[in-house]
Amino acid sequence: MVTMAVQIAREPDGMPLRTKLTRVERRRKLRAFILVLPLLLFILIGFALPIGRMMFNAIHDDTLLTLMPRTTAALSAWDGKDLPDESTYAALAEDLKQAWAQRSMGAIAKRINYELPGLGSQITSSARKASTLSAGPYKPTLIEINPVWGRQDVWSLLKRGSLAYTPYYLLRSVDYQYGPSGQIVASPPETAIFQDMFLRTLAISIGVTALTLLLGFPVAYLLATLPAKYSNLLMIMVVLPFWTSLLVRTVAWVVLLQQHGVINEMLMALHMISQPAQLIFNRIGTMVAMTHIQLPFTLLPIYSVMKTIPPIHIRAARSLGAGPFYAFWKVYFPQTLPGIAAGCLLTFILCLGYYITPAMVGGPNDQMVGSFIAHYTNEELNWGMASALGAILLTATLLLYYVFNKLVGVDRIKMG
Amino acid sequence: MRHSINRTRLKHTDSHDLDHAREKLQSVKKEHGDLMVGGAAPAGEALGQGRALMSGTNSAFVKFSDVQKTYDGETLVVKNLNLDIARGEFLTMLGPSGSGKTTTLMMLAGFETPTNGSILLEARSIDAMPPHKRDIGMVFQSYALFPHMTVEENLAFPLKVRRLGRSEIEPRVKRALERVRLGGYCKRRPAQLSGGQQQRVALARALVFDPKLVLMDEPLGALDKQLREQMQIEIKHIHADLGVTVVYVTHDQAEALTMSDRIAVFNDGVIQQLAPPADLYERPQNAFVAQFIGENNQLHGKVVAMNGTTCKVEIAGAGNVQALAINVEAIGRPTVLSLRPERVQLNPTPGTLPNIFSAEVAEVIYLGDHVRTRVSVCGHNDFVIKLPNSEGLVQLEPGAAITVGWKTEDCRALDA
Amino acid sequence: MRKTRLMDVGALAVISLATGVLAPATPVFAGDQLTITSFGGPSQDANRKAIFEPFSKESGIKVNEDVFNGEISKIRAMVQSKSVSWDVVDLYPGLAGQLCAEGTLEPIDWKKLGLDRSSFIEGETTDCGVPEVVTGKIIAYDKDKFPNGPKTIADFFDTKKFPGKRGLQKRPVENLEWALIADGVPLKDVYKVLSTPAGVEQAFKKLDTIKQDIVWFQTSSQATQLLADGQVVMAAAYSHRIVDAIKNSGKHFQIMWDTLQWSMGVWVIPAGSPHVDAAYKFLAFFALPQPQANFSNIMPCGPTNKKALALVDPAILPDLPNAPDHMANALRVDAAFWSEKSDELAQRFTVWVAK
Repeated sequence: MVTMAVQIAREPDGMPLRTKLTRVERRRKLRAFILVLPLLLFILIGFALPIGRMMFNAIHDDTLLTLMPRTTAALSAWDGKDLPDESTYAALAEDLKQAWAQRSMGAIAKRINYELPGLGSQITSSARKASTLSAGPYKPTLIEINPVWGRQDVWSLLKRGSLAYTPYYLLRSVDYQYGPSGQIVASPPETAIFQDMFLRTLAISIGVTALTLLLGFPVAYLLATLPAKYSNLLMIMVVLPFWTSLLVRTVAWVVLLQQHGVINEMLMALHMISQPAQLIFNRIGTMVAMTHIQLPFTLLPIYSVMKTIPPIHIRAARSLGAGPFYAFWKVYFPQTLPGIAAGCLLTFILCLGYYITPAMVGGPNDQMVGSFIAHYTNEELNWGMASALGAILLTATLLLYYVFNKLVGVDRIKMG
Repeated sequence: MRHSINRTRLKHTDSHDLDHAREKLQSVKKEHGDLMVGGAAPAGEALGQGRALMSGTNSAFVKFSDVQKTYDGETLVVKNLNLDIARGEFLTMLGPSGSGKTTTLMMLAGFETPTNGSILLEARSIDAMPPHKRDIGMVFQSYALFPHMTVEENLAFPLKVRRLGRSEIEPRVKRALERVRLGGYCKRRPAQLSGGQQQRVALARALVFDPKLVLMDEPLGALDKQLREQMQIEIKHIHADLGVTVVYVTHDQAEALTMSDRIAVFNDGVIQQLAPPADLYERPQNAFVAQFIGENNQLHGKVVAMNGTTCKVEIAGAGNVQALAINVEAIGRPTVLSLRPERVQLNPTPGTLPNIFSAEVAEVIYLGDHVRTRVSVCGHNDFVIKLPNSEGLVQLEPGAAITVGWKTEDCRALDA
Repeated sequence: MRKTRLMDVGALAVISLATGVLAPATPVFAGDQLTITSFGGPSQDANRKAIFEPFSKESGIKVNEDVFNGEISKIRAMVQSKSVSWDVVDLYPGLAGQLCAEGTLEPIDWKKLGLDRSSFIEGETTDCGVPEVVTGKIIAYDKDKFPNGPKTIADFFDTKKFPGKRGLQKRPVENLEWALIADGVPLKDVYKVLSTPAGVEQAFKKLDTIKQDIVWFQTSSQATQLLADGQVVMAAAYSHRIVDAIKNSGKHFQIMWDTLQWSMGVWVIPAGSPHVDAAYKFLAFFALPQPQANFSNIMPCGPTNKKALALVDPAILPDLPNAPDHMANALRVDAAFWSEKSDELAQRFTVWVAK
């Protein structure tokens, strides 16, 4: 043994054993790294970068800085009390001319419209007129062209534009905005919606999670305890929804729940109701459809954990004097908790992002944060708001996960 | 040839175990000699002598009365079982897998219902009593400790179910843990214990609520040999100390012989023999028991004469053998002669024994404390002789011509 | 959730990628083709039959079609990134005005078109559009449910007299006007009132009275489906879609022509279109009375060339929104008003709906 070790250590090429080992190890590591490289790149490009970009978009907006460079530069010295001086107005006139020539007035107007709705069109039209100006004094001329240029709030907005970063979108996402002189104030009630929206999203998600748990737990128990020939059939029924698209499932619920849908017609035929019940375009429809879609996500982790609990535990508990319910509650149920935690967390987090289903089967009061993100993305192309809402949702999710981890311990979660 | 050697080795191990078992049994019995009750009384030769002993008195602690069990409605897993178990007795159900022993145990625990017949505990029928009301402790092969509870909580479980106060639970749990020498392990979880420790916890848990009856379903099956033997003694001590009635299921004959007051040998749903260990070994009632317990030479022959307790059996082409008539039907019927290897004498002085036959040595295996010799005699070439390694040990060579002989009392004519 | 957000950001990436990559490829085919973008559905089919195909045949210019849903942000993105792939786009005049003001659209040179602005209905509306079509937003109802159905817009807001769900398109345009009319504001004052904060308040308050009974839909084509499914008993809809449903699908719908809100579609050319000349050729062809009448015969929308109405099949005429009878108590949707106020009111409306 000893002689062998000595022989190995003194290889003919005289290389120390440790160096050889490192070399072999490095080669092995490199090979492993090359194998995971495609996935790593995919995750980086398809996941990390977009999310990073989204977080960045939530606070970054250099529209005014790049499109009105002279004005924003001139405003850096402005104290924000009275209207700016003539030189700033001259810079503004120059910027407006350039913006008109470069057709970038739309972007400027859109940016201003976010914070001061309705001013966009006036600013655009003033740019058209300003493009013909050739000499000063610009201050009275511009204010005469359009009184918006005499407004304190417009100027304080432009001054804020001299920074490429703005908390505006994040503030707006929690129903705050800038007041006329740049102070942060609560949004007026007719435009304040996001706090409600986040709370509603939370409430619907909790409700759906609770419903899936309530419905899924007994089914998971059945699946785990039935003989294989029955449980396989049941399993197919549970997993079947996974094989149809989300849209198809949602449309199927529309067919079932609508005014003259299958359920209403059946209930009326049975004389259980005389008028069709409103089952769709409200919270009922939303909860039903979402619960159906989410059921397998809650059920399957619970099922796979239940599969690992030996039935003998219940027998042991019974032999120790516990009645059937007590044995279940004190011995079986606690062992399913890791599965319940995994299933519920999965469903809850997925619920937070729903928007297609509420849009199709919910009423206006059932739209969740996701629908606003979609609205800002698809209809308004307001990346700032979409990103800010997304960032808040993501942060809330991570926070939740953190709290969950502290309370339950993620390492105790079992997917099976 | 090789196969034959292997088989011989295997047999040797069995018998070796058996020797150990007997020694241990002796030592335990010496220590607790007077505690032996019920089944340890001198046993008669009749099949099912336990019943003969106690059924008349109606004082049996546990009584199986004409119990039948079938799962599929066609084949009986347990056929017409009658069995009395005395208070404080250690009764083992021994048999190959599928012999009905575990089913019998489960019926006693209440997890299976007899198809027919009834089970009495302290003279009261428990057929309609659910498992948790039977007050029967149970130890499972897989321990069935509750993984989400600490050792302490596991032990407290049956006490909590019985609504004992904290002040009562704590000392009892402590005492029970000390009894199995795990005093310092209260706060551990089952997963942090070794297999032997887990089984000791399971044992403590089954005893902590002072059950009248403890059932053990192959509790040591998952442990390695050394630990198993240690635990056997430990369980035996606990039984002796507490005087609790134990019904123990195993397929390991050495274990059964080591621990039991009485052993019920199960085969094919029927108790083949119910007797104290020594009886079972010395006086098997039928060919199955003779074969199943210990090592055994079998000679097939035909009864030619019966003379009270003895009979004459003709071995085809070899001659007649004098044997005890234990389980023979009539003259002219086939029978199997059973003869323990250690009762065969080598080269006896002619005329000193009723049965002397010439033989040829086929194989000699040196095993330290004894020499095992396979000879060919009376047309059987798997006849084994065990020669103790004592002073006068004769050196035998394969092919040597010898004579073998045995007493009438050592040769039992059993069912064919 | 994660998927949604990924898609959002992904869309950004895809748009910038697509526009960046495709742009240089287009000039290769310049001159002999043209991409026209409209709202799809039967009206685009009718356009194809009555106008695009004859135009292609006559001019040899190939017409490619695309479909959108009025999202001006797409046009803005194209123009800003200088990768315009749509040459002629069907647009609401209000939005056209907005885009025109910010320079996103080519101003129309009527001389180059060789057309007289005054021969078109509201030819003067916007400098960047050629009036394409007159459409009418009406209230349609289920004749089986209400044989003596609603007669005025006030009936639409009367859930006692006419119980049941109402379908409205999820946008402020038309809905705020109808709310004010139903609340007693005379037609001619609607936009004056709506320009004041109090007027906006009044409109939302009126809408509040039926909020629980409104089923909102996203695109105008959903109205007929909701009516047909019995999900709503009446709905705001384009008259031509209802006429189509009655004539071609045998639906028992009825149109309430009272307080019809008519508006126009205009053809616009995004600034920087690589096929401006072809676009002008197309607009000159389309503006002729006969193609317009042909279009109205297939699709009961009003022609914009004042001479075209006479060429329309007399049997079709009563179905057109700008048939003389219907114009008596009709409101012209004020494109200029919406061009200025749409952002502000849309924001308020979105919040109001979701509350």
